[in-house]
Amino acid sequence: MNSLAIGEIMSILDVKNLKAYYFTKAGIVKAVDGVNISIDRKIIIGIVGESGCGKSTLAKALSFNVEPPLKIVEGDIVIDGIKINDKTVNEIRRKILGIKVALIPQSAMNALVPIVKIRSFIKDVLKEKTGYTTLEIFELAVKRFKELNLPIETLELDMYPFELSGGMRQRVLIAIATLLNPSLLIADEPTSALDVSTQKIVLETLYDIYRRGLVKSMIFISHDIATVRQIADEIIVMYAGKFVEKGSTEEMINEPLHPYSKGLIFSILTPELIVRERVRKAKEVILKGEPPSLINPPPGCRFHPRCPFAMDICRKEEPPMIEVERNRFVSCWLYAKR
Amino acid sequence: MSKAILEVKNLTKVYRIGLIRQKEIVAVNNIDFNVKEGEIISLVGESGSGKTTTARMILRLLKPTSGNVLFNGKDIWRDIRNKKELKWYWRNVNGVFQDPYSSFNPTHTIRFVMPRTFNLFDEEIDYDTKINMIKEALKEVGLIPEEILDKRPFELSGGMRQRVLIARIFLIRPKLIIADEPTSMIDATLRLSLLDLFLKLRDEFKTSQIFITHDLGLATYISDRILVMYKGEIVEEGIPEEILNKPSHPYTKKLLESVPKLYSK
Repeated sequence: MNSLAIGEIMSILDVKNLKAYYFTKAGIVKAVDGVNISIDRKIIIGIVGESGCGKSTLAKALSFNVEPPLKIVEGDIVIDGIKINDKTVNEIRRKILGIKVALIPQSAMNALVPIVKIRSFIKDVLKEKTGYTTLEIFELAVKRFKELNLPIETLELDMYPFELSGGMRQRVLIAIATLLNPSLLIADEPTSALDVSTQKIVLETLYDIYRRGLVKSMIFISHDIATVRQIADEIIVMYAGKFVEKGSTEEMINEPLHPYSKGLIFSILTPELIVRERVRKAKEVILKGEPPSLINPPPGCRFHPRCPFAMDICRKEEPPMIEVERNRFVSCWLYAKR
Repeated sequence: MSKAILEVKNLTKVYRIGLIRQKEIVAVNNIDFNVKEGEIISLVGESGSGKTTTARMILRLLKPTSGNVLFNGKDIWRDIRNKKELKWYWRNVNGVFQDPYSSFNPTHTIRFVMPRTFNLFDEEIDYDTKINMIKEALKEVGLIPEEILDKRPFELSGGMRQRVLIARIFLIRPKLIIADEPTSMIDATLRLSLLDLFLKLRDEFKTSQIFITHDLGLATYISDRILVMYKGEIVEEGIPEEILNKPSHPYTKKLLESVPKLYSK
C-alpha cells in the first residue's frame, strides 16, 4: 500500500487562490491573500518566511483549523479529491483531520494537558475518528512507536506529558498525529523551541515518517532556511501573505531570484566561514525596514517599499507568478519578459 | 596589542538550594578570560551552561561565590563600595538583554523612560538637551524619533523595541557592553541591521563587547574570539576560524555537527 508508483497518486492537495483573513476590530488582516499550491507526488515542500508573513495562517487554513476571527474568504481546498469547503465542521473533524491531513501546530508539545496521561490522549484523539476498540488503538500506537524507534513501551503510555523531555514529547505527538497515515502532514515550526541536537532528532523522526510512506507528502513550515534545507525537496518563500518564489531547495539557496528571497537567505547566519564573508561583502542586500501591515498592504508588489530595485510598475501593479524555468517560479517584475 | 579592559579570574558561582539538606549547583566553575579594548567576544553555550550567570556577575548584578572580575584593574566587588562608584561602573559597563518587554515598564512612554538613562551620568544636563540627545541616538539606530517618543513599548514592533534599547547604549556609550541574546527574538532580515549597530560601536568608539548566545552562527559572524561554555566551564576558546575548522573539545564538535548549515553538509 505504501509503495504507490508516482503516477498512481492523484492530486494530494490542490488549492487555488486561497484567501484567509482575520476579521478583527482594527480591520481585516489579509494574512493569506491569494495563494496557489498543488501537490501531486511524494514530496516535502518547505515554506519559509518571517513572523507575520502568513505561514502559520496558511498551515491553519490547509488543515481546517479555522476558528474566528480567522475565516477562509475565497479559494477551494481539495485534498485527495475531496473538496473540503463544502464539509461541515463535524465532518471535517471526524473524516478529514488526522485521516487525510494532519497538522503539527507550532509549540505542539506544550499543547498537551499536563494532567492527562499519554494513554488517554491517544484514546481521545483516535476514538471518534476510527471504529477501533481502545485495545486496538493502543496496539496500533505502540507498534508505530516501535517502528519509529521511539523508546516508549506499553507501560510508559501511563506517563504524564511532563515526564517526557521536550524532544520526546514532540516526537510522540508527531507519531500520534500520523497514526492513521494521512496523505498530507503539515508541520508548523516543529523544531523551533528545541536545542540544536534535539532539533536534529525530531527532524529525523519526521523524515522517517515520510520515507516509510506513512504520509505521502509533507509541508514543512519554518523561519529557518538552514533547517528546511535539511529536509525539503522544494522551498517556497512567502512574504506579506503571498508566495514570492518557488524552486528546488538547492536552486533556492544557491541562486535566489526574488530580491526578498535574496535578502532573507543572505541574512541567515550559520557557523560557516563562507556565510560570514558573504554577509560582510554583500552589505547592499541587507534589507531595510519592516514587513508591511497586512491590514493595509501597499499597492502593487507588497515588497516594493523595501525593494532596492523597485520600479514604477512595482508600485502600481501586482507582479504575476512567472515561470522562469521548468518548475521555477518567481513573482517579480524584474523577471517579466516585456 | 591593546590591553585587556576586563579580566575574569577563577570566577565561580555556586547556588545552594534546600533548607536543611542543602544541595549545591555549580553554575559557573572557575572560569578565566579577558576582553581587550575594541574586541568582541562571544560566550556560546546551551541553556544551563552558565553563560547568563557569568554575564550577571560581570554586570555586578550577582555576587560571585569566589574569584574576581577586574575592570581596568579595579576589582568590581572589592573596590566598588558606594553608589557613586557603582554609577561609574555602570556608565562604563552596561547591558542589552533578550526581551525588551522585561526591560521596559509597559505603561511608560519612551519619552518618559529614556531620560532616566541620564541618571548614570555625573554631569548636569537640562531636560531639552536630554531629549535632543535621545533623538540623536534614536536616529543613529535607524528610528524616526517623532514616531517613537510618545509610544509605549507594546505599540512598537519587536525590532523597534530592541533598537530603542540599543539607542540607550548609544547614549551611555560604555566601554564594555554585555549583550545577552540581544537578537534572538528578532527576524533574520532585521537582525543583521541590528548586529551592524554593534559592529559600528566597536569600529567607531572601540567599544568592547561580550555576546552571550546559544547561536554559533551569530557568534561566527560577530566575534573576534569565541568561548564555548559547557556545564559551567569554558571548554574551548579561539578565533572563529579555529573553532569552525579545528574544534578540539567533543562538545564543540557535537554542537557544530548538529547545527543546520546552508552550504556544507
